[in-house]
Amino acid sequence: MNLAVAFFYLFSALMIASAFMVIAARNPVHSVLFLILAFVNAAGLFLLLGAEFLAMILVVVYIGAVAVLFLFVVMMLDVDFAVLKQGFLQYLPIGALIGIIMVIELILVMSGWSASQASLGNAGAPTPPDVSNTLALGRVLYTKFVYFFQAAGLVLLTAMIGAIVLTLRHKSDVRRQDIGEQNARDRKQAVELKKIPFRTGV
Amino acid sequence: MMPLTFALAHSLPEIFLALGALVLLLLGVFRAGGRDWIISEAAIAILGLALLSMLIDANGTSLIYDDAFVDDAFGRFMKALCLTGALVSLLLSREFMAREKIDFFEFPVLVLLATLGMLMLVSAHNLIALYLGLELMSLALYVIAAFHRDHLQASEAGLKYFVLGALSSGMLLYGSSLLYGFTGTISFSGIAAALKGDVSLGVVFALVFILSGLAFKMSTVPFHMWTPDVYQGAPTPVTTFFASAAKMAAVAITVRIVMTAFPGLQLQWRQIIVFIAILSMVLGSFAAIGQTNIKRLMAYSSIGHMGFALVGLAPGTQKGVMGILVYLAIYLVMTLGTFAAILSMRVNGHYVENISDLAGLSRTRKMMGFFLSMMMLSLAGIPPLAGFFAKWYVFLAAIDAGLYPLAVIGMLTSVVACFYYLRIVKVIYLDEPVATFDPVSREVTAVMVLGGLGVVLYWAYPGPLVAAAEIAAKSLF
Repeated sequence: MNLAVAFFYLFSALMIASAFMVIAARNPVHSVLFLILAFVNAAGLFLLLGAEFLAMILVVVYIGAVAVLFLFVVMMLDVDFAVLKQGFLQYLPIGALIGIIMVIELILVMSGWSASQASLGNAGAPTPPDVSNTLALGRVLYTKFVYFFQAAGLVLLTAMIGAIVLTLRHKSDVRRQDIGEQNARDRKQAVELKKIPFRTGV
Repeated sequence: MMPLTFALAHSLPEIFLALGALVLLLLGVFRAGGRDWIISEAAIAILGLALLSMLIDANGTSLIYDDAFVDDAFGRFMKALCLTGALVSLLLSREFMAREKIDFFEFPVLVLLATLGMLMLVSAHNLIALYLGLELMSLALYVIAAFHRDHLQASEAGLKYFVLGALSSGMLLYGSSLLYGFTGTISFSGIAAALKGDVSLGVVFALVFILSGLAFKMSTVPFHMWTPDVYQGAPTPVTTFFASAAKMAAVAITVRIVMTAFPGLQLQWRQIIVFIAILSMVLGSFAAIGQTNIKRLMAYSSIGHMGFALVGLAPGTQKGVMGILVYLAIYLVMTLGTFAAILSMRVNGHYVENISDLAGLSRTRKMMGFFLSMMMLSLAGIPPLAGFFAKWYVFLAAIDAGLYPLAVIGMLTSVVACFYYLRIVKVIYLDEPVATFDPVSREVTAVMVLGGLGVVLYWAYPGPLVAAAEIAAKSLF
């Protein structure tokens, strides 16, 4: 058994175990931490497949951004997970049934899989043998697919504008920090000397 | 690989809109004034500039951006309609948005982005470009539907449109993925080449899902459920934009994908198109009868009109496509004119939208009464107004292709539809006046008058439009 196979089983086993712990852990913060562990192991699997770009993106985006955001949400929203989990045993049979049906379907699909000749002949770009996949992706992303790249950027920008337009409210009774104004204050505006008569108190 | 300048020159309108939207967004954010009108005027100028830029090199067909984007006569014709619709909608929006106190700078920016999405959609030549264009358009439209966010109906309209729109995107994507699986390519011409001869049932599934997704955007039956609520709930200028520019883009991409990607499946898609067209015409005619709100009535009217336009697609001939193009151009003029009239319905500073509010308009506001009546008669398709010729071209194409039942049903439903259009004319001319409308701004009046004159005088000089539509239709074959 060579090293790659050993690592494959290590990553897979850890990933399945941590995925199970995500739903089994009592503490929601632990769930999110297990989710991060599952992501790390998935990144390891991608590395074994030779998809180092995907692996790094998974670490940066899913762990660095998405999972940490989850963590914040879980910590800030006071959700009582014990209450949420109360019906777990009650719904277990039907959940298990659906899960088993899906597994059977997956097995049927995978065993009966055949790609049509027409589609194989048309398949886009084969992976070039002498470049790393980060380089290969970069080469097509900014040349061949530059139109899609820019268009996707505009779609995301639109989503951002939309979210701000529909939710941001400028309240007039809220004091906002204005750093320029703060810095422009000098001693005369900020401090006032008052003469207080002796022994009278303030 | 084409030189970059070539690609840029053939996508000038898109580039103007994209850069324009970004610049206006920055301008709006840094001015931080909340409401001001420079942005809206600049957006109108950018749309005009994009419209003009298409005149620079208006010849031939070129595939750019690695065959994802096609610049042809069909695309240019439809883009001109989209840009006109967007430009006039923005023009009409200025007074309304200011009076309703929702004239934020984001509105013109979102309209520009939506229009950009429409142009990309019209020019899409593969499935990814189609989806990106569609999403850019739809996302911006969801937001502007709910732009009046303190208004309950507008929020409801936005939410409804968003949820159902997401569903339709899902269907479109499912169809696209099936199609890619069966053909191994995303390019329209590649798909057409792979689908010669016998095709498997899976491809027909893909076709059904893709057409369902697009039928949603065209708001044709059975994917029309959102239309009345959204048209009624959204701010009126937004409804104008939905009914004009957004429809143009959706029909354009439907025609393009059917003609360029599925020429080998004509029998299959013709069934779907005929089905959709008949249902839309019937529902558009009958459901509008009981309406009291004019925006809701226009929603049903637009469903019916999309059905009529699709009659031209069913034959799958060049003549039919020409018919659709003429139909859409005339429908655009009628819609914009009608909505300009709806935007003039203001009593004591409040916008009203009931048909009964129009009572006696011919006595209180003679000119508006006349032009709105002309618009209604034209929507009904009464000769010699433009709407009649629009229907004439599509029905003629259907009859030429031997689709007699479709043409007969179309004519019968348009007779039924006459009822509710004529009812409005009756309310305008025969009922007793109830209230006098407030004076309206010059641009709204101008749009109404121009639309009315175009509708009334179309028969005198139909040559240029028909010729342009003919050239545009030829580029697809």
